[in-house]
Amino acid sequence: MSTQESYVTEDGRTIGPTVMEMKNITLRFGGVKAITDISFDIREGEIRAIIGPNGAGKSSMLNVISGFYVPQEGEVWYKGKKRPPMKPYQVAEQGIARTFQNIALFEGMTVLDNVMTGRIRQMKAGLLSQAIWKGKAEKEEIENREFVEKIIDFLEIQAIRKTPVGRLPYGLKKRVELARALAAEPSILLLDEPMAGMNVEEKEDMSRFILDMNDEFGTTIALIEHDMGVVMDLSDRVVVMDYGKKIGDGTPDEVRSNQAVIDAYLGVAHD
Amino acid sequence: MPEQLAFAMEVFLNGLMSGVLYALVALGFVLIYKASGIFNFAQGVMALFAAMTLVGIQNGQVPFAHLINAVLGTHIHHFGWHIHSVLALILTVGVMVLLAVAIQKFVFRHLVGQEPIILFMATIGLAYFLEGFADLMWNSEIKKLEFCLAGTTCLPQGINLAIDEATYNWFGYGFFIDNLDITATIVAIILVIALVAFSQYTKQGRAMRAVADDHQAALSVGISLNFIWVLVWSVAGFVALVAGIMWGAKSGVQFSLSLIALKALPVLMLGGFTSIPGAIIGGLIIGVGEKLFEFWVGPLVGGATENWFAYVLALVFLVFRPQGLFGEKIIERV
Repeated sequence: MSTQESYVTEDGRTIGPTVMEMKNITLRFGGVKAITDISFDIREGEIRAIIGPNGAGKSSMLNVISGFYVPQEGEVWYKGKKRPPMKPYQVAEQGIARTFQNIALFEGMTVLDNVMTGRIRQMKAGLLSQAIWKGKAEKEEIENREFVEKIIDFLEIQAIRKTPVGRLPYGLKKRVELARALAAEPSILLLDEPMAGMNVEEKEDMSRFILDMNDEFGTTIALIEHDMGVVMDLSDRVVVMDYGKKIGDGTPDEVRSNQAVIDAYLGVAHD
Repeated sequence: MPEQLAFAMEVFLNGLMSGVLYALVALGFVLIYKASGIFNFAQGVMALFAAMTLVGIQNGQVPFAHLINAVLGTHIHHFGWHIHSVLALILTVGVMVLLAVAIQKFVFRHLVGQEPIILFMATIGLAYFLEGFADLMWNSEIKKLEFCLAGTTCLPQGINLAIDEATYNWFGYGFFIDNLDITATIVAIILVIALVAFSQYTKQGRAMRAVADDHQAALSVGISLNFIWVLVWSVAGFVALVAGIMWGAKSGVQFSLSLIALKALPVLMLGGFTSIPGAIIGGLIIGVGEKLFEFWVGPLVGGATENWFAYVLALVFLVFRPQGLFGEKIIERV
């Protein structure tokens, strides 16, 4: 399944070799199987979607990738190496950033501070150097600030840079969370329902940001989404899950014409 | 300046300074509560333990001397050396960091995600354990804390001070101000500035605030919760050490030192459990309040109001403003 070859998409983006591969992942909570024997890969530079009806195990899958859940069976391969069991913060240190379905931000901190925490991985200066504000610490902080400002500009949240996140409306919070994840310069960016609870206009904005992010920063994105229309427009390849099993995998067109997928979404008569 | 007003001023100043000492203890509580949601009942005992460790190291006491003597039948008490205060301070900081690691490793790592009341009970257990451990390690005699930077530049002693040494002549009135209190005030100001700078401008400080705010989000940006909690307990240990030195110099290193934690409770109720400025201003209000109350109302009710004034004030706050002056507003979403 894993591939080393690159190809160029219709709109001229280059999709690289496999960066992450899930092999036969099974995840159980007690006796309940959330994920059953699922395999798929994520290639460099692509937008990979995971879709499926409610309770299909999409979020569980994302939690396995980001280390919040440890699967009972199966292997996670990242950048050509098998990943040993890891804590979520270690996965983050490896360059996998994520957002959450129900937003996990630092509510008491400002937008700027929130986005800065995304850069923690890039800060290497010792405490002493930070205390005297010389050398490495100074250089680092300036570089990090510049990068963060670039992202804040990119996501059009300049106006609220100094506002405590707790005061922001839902749509903006989603955007700040995205900014924080993007600030980490991730190898893979995981988005858990980035458009949940948004109106049409906000969804359009978010879609634009996701496409631009992928285009400008070359960010590899894996996202979960309910809205079929959005997913089909955005993604290069789609994994479809139902009741914890994989029922489809391929380009949006392939998935759309897959009978199992149609059944899962539209329902099928059981006699 | 009329005599009466000048005297009131003196009382006010003394109140401010004892308030600083209350604030020092309250700070330790706030730090841990903010970062981990644990109300650390052991903060006072940590101050006692830190002060005992400092004195013990300084005087070259053999740790666990009683235990060793009882088991081996020896009669050792001291190594026979005296360690410079600054070096002893650094070593004590090391001990407090070790203590933080041990507390996290043996107690709170196993209680992640438990109810606050369970965490609180664990700190009560910790307080009793640490109290016994401190006695076992350094014995329970009352010790004198002499902290000298170099030669004769020492921390002023609170107890044996000549009156004229501590009297300042301003506006033609002799203000009696304890030199130790002045030092404590300066130290507290430096400590607070350092803490604020640490939490606002360093990577570790930012991570600490992040963890206090949201565990999941902190994990997702690559912050290790365990490391941050050890860091928080270390910082609280350091604050306990500073408080222990100041109170130890004031009234000797003895068991009653651990009871200053009880004085910090009303301070926290006034200032709010989650606010560093709150801890300081709360401390000052209680310090000044109890001195002025004793000065004006004390004579009418037969004195000794200092024993209960702080608690009554805290009670009033609990009724009318339960989150304290600076605490986060308690909002229940329905």
